[in-house]
Amino acid sequence: MSTQPDLLHSEEEEALRAAVRDLLTDHCDAAGVIARTESDAPHDLALWKLLADGMGLAGLLVPEAQGGQGATHREAAVVLEELGRAVAPVPYLTSAVVATEALLASGDEELLGRLASGRTIGALAVGLHTAPGAPLRTVRAADGTLHGELTGIADAAAADVLLVPADDGGLYAVAADAVTVTPQTSLDLTRPLATVTLDGAPGRRVGDAEQAVRRALRAAAGLLAAEQLGVAEKSLTDTVRYLKERKQFNRPVGGFQALKHRLAQLWLEVVNLRAAARAAADALATGEDTDVLVAVAQAYAAPVAVHAAEEALQLHAGIGMTWEHPVHLYLKRAKADSIAYGTAGAHRTTLAGLVDLQAP
Amino acid sequence: MTGAEELRSRTRELLAAHPPAETGRLDFLRARFDAGLAWVHYPEGLGGLGAPRALQAVVDAELEAAGAPDNDPRRIGIGLGMAAPTILKYGTEEQKRRFLRPLWTGEEVWCQLFSEPGAGSDLAALATRAVRDGDTWVVNGQKVWTSSAHLARWAILIARTDPDVPKHQGITYFLCDMTDPGVEVRPLRQITGEAEFNEVFLTGVAIPDSRRLGEVGDGWRVAQTTLNNERVAIGGMRLPREGGMIGPVSRTWRERPDLRTHDLHQRLLKLWVESEVARLTAERLRQQLAAGQPGPEGAGMKLAFARLNQEISGLEVELRGEEGLLYDDWTMRRPELVDFTGRDAGYRYLRSKGNSIEGGTSEVLLNIVAERVLGLPAEPRTDKDVAWKDLAR
Repeated sequence: MSTQPDLLHSEEEEALRAAVRDLLTDHCDAAGVIARTESDAPHDLALWKLLADGMGLAGLLVPEAQGGQGATHREAAVVLEELGRAVAPVPYLTSAVVATEALLASGDEELLGRLASGRTIGALAVGLHTAPGAPLRTVRAADGTLHGELTGIADAAAADVLLVPADDGGLYAVAADAVTVTPQTSLDLTRPLATVTLDGAPGRRVGDAEQAVRRALRAAAGLLAAEQLGVAEKSLTDTVRYLKERKQFNRPVGGFQALKHRLAQLWLEVVNLRAAARAAADALATGEDTDVLVAVAQAYAAPVAVHAAEEALQLHAGIGMTWEHPVHLYLKRAKADSIAYGTAGAHRTTLAGLVDLQAP
Repeated sequence: MTGAEELRSRTRELLAAHPPAETGRLDFLRARFDAGLAWVHYPEGLGGLGAPRALQAVVDAELEAAGAPDNDPRRIGIGLGMAAPTILKYGTEEQKRRFLRPLWTGEEVWCQLFSEPGAGSDLAALATRAVRDGDTWVVNGQKVWTSSAHLARWAILIARTDPDVPKHQGITYFLCDMTDPGVEVRPLRQITGEAEFNEVFLTGVAIPDSRRLGEVGDGWRVAQTTLNNERVAIGGMRLPREGGMIGPVSRTWRERPDLRTHDLHQRLLKLWVESEVARLTAERLRQQLAAGQPGPEGAGMKLAFARLNQEISGLEVELRGEEGLLYDDWTMRRPELVDFTGRDAGYRYLRSKGNSIEGGTSEVLLNIVAERVLGLPAEPRTDKDVAWKDLAR
């Protein structure tokens, strides 16, 4: 490995960040997100339209010739950092990254263009917990129709098209109205899971499942680190702000050394995560050293995001246990993210093979 | 402003006038200093040309390609990194001319007489006394954790000149001749068996007022220049993957399948990930500095590396099992250079314990991060307005 990844954010990337953050400040406040989690419409499709249609962010990973923006994983990572900060209930990771990557691998240009426009939402029908390279659950393909049930499909309730791996090795595009999507009661209400039941649903084979899913999940794992960075950063920032304001024993509680040290430690972890997440995004963009840097980022990111959210809760104390306060949104997202696209342990196991530190 | 091209041609002139193959090492280094190519960002006449610091790399590359000798910077790190910038900033013209040239060439080694048995993290509480007697200061006290004291000709010294004012105000900064009567250097043996450091006892040491650096009572401010420069070095490093403490244990793991257990495997992988992330963080910091966007991230790097060095070397001792019960050599030695990743696992384990103490304890660094980076309230200061002589000790 001779070259080093570019670990900085460019001016253009910072401008993109500012634009996304402005939009989310205006359209995605915490109280609204909490209220939406218990409504009939857990996904904020109006916000999705602003992000996808208005700003063209759904097509960042898609070449311009196919209707996208021709940007890279670096820009998509910036968007995910901001969506993570807001715990925004939009299917960006699932549609604009995961389903899009699967279609980029299989080469279905028509559907790819529709996803890039944001007017069609796609979801890969692979359980959210699945690590890149893990065995796939499939449905039965018979005479062009699909039969079976898949669980844990993130954002399926918002999807117009599902990409379904079948037992014949194919990946099939299936219209959402041809299947039954049953919401599951999910730990993270801002990225809800659903069961997808196919009872003779017609599917169109778009490519080879194994290769498409592997590519999609690797990008998902790498870019999830950016979302986890956003979750961790926001948790830290909000906690620091609160501890400067909150007074007990006639002084700001942020002045107690036991708490200062915990926050400084957390800051250090967030600084590390920023480098790890940036390295993964850059590696996905350049194709250099990608497997190692994605595994490193995901092995590191999950515990840090969970730690940040757990510290946020403990240091907010009583108010942090309430449904009204947004801390729980971050805790639930961070904990769900620690399982999504493979646990830290699964990624460490992958790494053992990649860097020749073999198990006993 | 001196540009890269001019520096390149000046370097070639130096090499032409003093071909390294035919010139004695010291003669070459003196000539390099006099040509202003020692540290190009220093002023003319003091080893530099007033050029941007970043252009030093141009000179170094030319000299290295020509096989020129260097001044063995690791051996004289305290002089180069701490004494020199302080003398440059606060020294008189005479002091700068007297001290900087032999400091840079390595003819005169420097050490630092700051820490005391009663003044560690609270350095400003130091008790070594300097009492004025005409044009001379008479110094009595004890310093500790002094590397290179047994090799040094000179020391930077801070001592208390006024015990009746609050502790930060009564300190004065001196340049102390280590060959003076009353300076006694004793090796300080540490847990590794060797003695990298010394205790220095100062008994009636007479320092002429001409070797005071800065104003009387302004020593704490002068010392900030010294201490700020202590931590500059880390940012520029470019570490390869497995370049730090994780390297030796990873190699042992690969070479010795007989030692592997599942528990150790999980812990090793976790530390490998953390080491790689720390490396990426250091690399990101380097890229920020190169792009002219210095961030506060450097404050955290020492914390991270201290913990990793300790955990990794501890794991390695355990991994070695039966061999981990042995130690390579307890002989009392006085190494000139310290290599944290050198020797065997047991040495690395014991030496790395110092990483969270030397150059600022991890606890103090966490305070610094919390206060300066996160803006959290400072620790309550009960000592700020109390005369030094009335402090608890």
